[in-house]
Amino acid sequence: MTAAELRRASAQQLRDAYKAGSATAVELLAALYAAIDREDAQLGAWLYLRREEAQAEALAADTRYAAARAEGPAALAALPPLLGIPVALKDLVNLINTPTTAGSRILEGYVSPYDATIATRLKAAGAILLGKTNMDEFAMGSSTEFSAYKKTVNPWARDRVPGGSSGGSAAAVAAFHAPLSIGTDTGGSIRQPASLTGLVGMKPTYGRVSRYGIVAFASSLDQVGPFARTAHDAALLLHAISGRDAHDATSSTEPLDAQLLNLPAGDAAAAGIKGRRFALPKEYFVAGMEPGVEQAVREAVRALEAAGALVEEVSLPATEHALATYYIVAPAEASANLARFDGIRYGASGHGEGNLLDGYLATRGRGFGPEVRRRIMLGTYALSAGYYDAYYVKAQKVRTLIAQDFERVWAAGFDAIVAPTSPQVAWRFGAKMADPISMYLSDACTLPANMAGLPGVSIPCGLSDGLPVGLQLIGRPWSEASLLTIAAGYEALTATAAWRSVEPHDLVALSGGAA
Amino acid sequence: MSKLTRAEVEKVAALARLGLTEAELSKLEGELNLILKQWARLAQVDTSHVAATAQTIVQPMPLRDDTPGPSLPVDEVTRNAPTHVGGLIRVQAILSEEADG
Repeated sequence: MTAAELRRASAQQLRDAYKAGSATAVELLAALYAAIDREDAQLGAWLYLRREEAQAEALAADTRYAAARAEGPAALAALPPLLGIPVALKDLVNLINTPTTAGSRILEGYVSPYDATIATRLKAAGAILLGKTNMDEFAMGSSTEFSAYKKTVNPWARDRVPGGSSGGSAAAVAAFHAPLSIGTDTGGSIRQPASLTGLVGMKPTYGRVSRYGIVAFASSLDQVGPFARTAHDAALLLHAISGRDAHDATSSTEPLDAQLLNLPAGDAAAAGIKGRRFALPKEYFVAGMEPGVEQAVREAVRALEAAGALVEEVSLPATEHALATYYIVAPAEASANLARFDGIRYGASGHGEGNLLDGYLATRGRGFGPEVRRRIMLGTYALSAGYYDAYYVKAQKVRTLIAQDFERVWAAGFDAIVAPTSPQVAWRFGAKMADPISMYLSDACTLPANMAGLPGVSIPCGLSDGLPVGLQLIGRPWSEASLLTIAAGYEALTATAAWRSVEPHDLVALSGGAA
Repeated sequence: MSKLTRAEVEKVAALARLGLTEAELSKLEGELNLILKQWARLAQVDTSHVAATAQTIVQPMPLRDDTPGPSLPVDEVTRNAPTHVGGLIRVQAILSEEADG
């Protein structure tokens, strides 16, 4: 394979090539780092590269493939599915002996003394960990513009945002700097950037993936999940990171569906759409939705119907309150989680001549950026004496109503909800920076699933004005394999659609003309 | 619901241990009040017979076995601290001399 083919290959294709001996992880790694060296000055997806360790991991993977090839088919089949596959990590995943900033100045200089559980699992699965990607500070934002470090551009249009908060992880996979990456999703931070960059991005069921070693934002909402360019690849990565972890009491013992490693493909996948029942919630076609987005989503729904799916409109009436509910619950939890950043044990410090309180005020006043300060203020207020019942308890009650809306859909026998992921395609830098509420509204279609703990996936479903549109599937708890099976079915149905062959427009420009 | 006054903004910033400038406080006062207007709509939702939900996916959340295991080495933990001495993290005095008396 040429360097251009290697960087574009899916994880599945890479695995097959490694097994056949037609490609090596060392060659692939050289192609990816060459692309990063050429393009990231403009793309801005990466905060830290792990070149030497990744090289050692690639060599080790190649050695294992060579030994298994010599031994025979049984030995090849026994190799772990992610062996030699590069993965990028959002920079809030602790990875031993590497910096972890969470996109914030307050963690400048911090070097992780341990591995997050998902890092341990990825290493055990033989993955190559390429480095850490840019993000909105503490995952608070929808455009990655709130990173304290750099700007990440959308490979589809350099003057537009990649979405957020996992914008670096999305841009890296969309620009073919990595076949897979890890993001986190508290209100849409995987699904929304996946939508804006034309990727598959999944937020698993709350509890599916351990959060041990992940910098916390809102602990009743945060989940870790995969970005990939295909449903099969997303399933592969999700499989490797999922499962019970003694270090995270909220991680579930719910067994993983073996189907994740065996999703149908081609005609079999397309045929699986027949007879599925989908709910189309009218509240998700919100005011302010771009006509091109609505058109692409409705066309995708028609394609599912044409393949034999039954689609019915439903109402989820509490959806209109989801935004306000989320922006009480998430900041309240964040204000508590971020209390740990005190400038004493790690990170940037403002402690000096004054007393302890002066040190806290200086550390936190300087260390946190504008959006994080806003949310800490909102959360502290919502939890403060006299306002706790009116805001926080009230929001928790409305949260119950949001969850009950979804429960009615599952009780009516639907397989999944189909909806837009984002009301808009990628917007221009700065368009929402002056108005926090307009930024918050960009998560209107994704945050209800977080409020209810449900799994959701965004899959590409077309282009509007040349920019990617995402279709969101939301399922009942623990239905990740079913959602990704549907996603694989939709991919098969639209395999020959013209928009599928379009690559991000600004790839060539990012490389100075040499992609 | 109520509008946040400047004094309340200052009080919340102090509770959150955020040392902010006058200009930063003024900007936050305006932004927070815009956001509170959005929150106010929740007061109209009838939740008189609804239980509060803290976490929607109910899990058994078993505790791990209470058995000793290795912890991080002291020097690896303290190397991230801005000031540390002999395996201890150095902090400013919590009590003043007058209070000690």
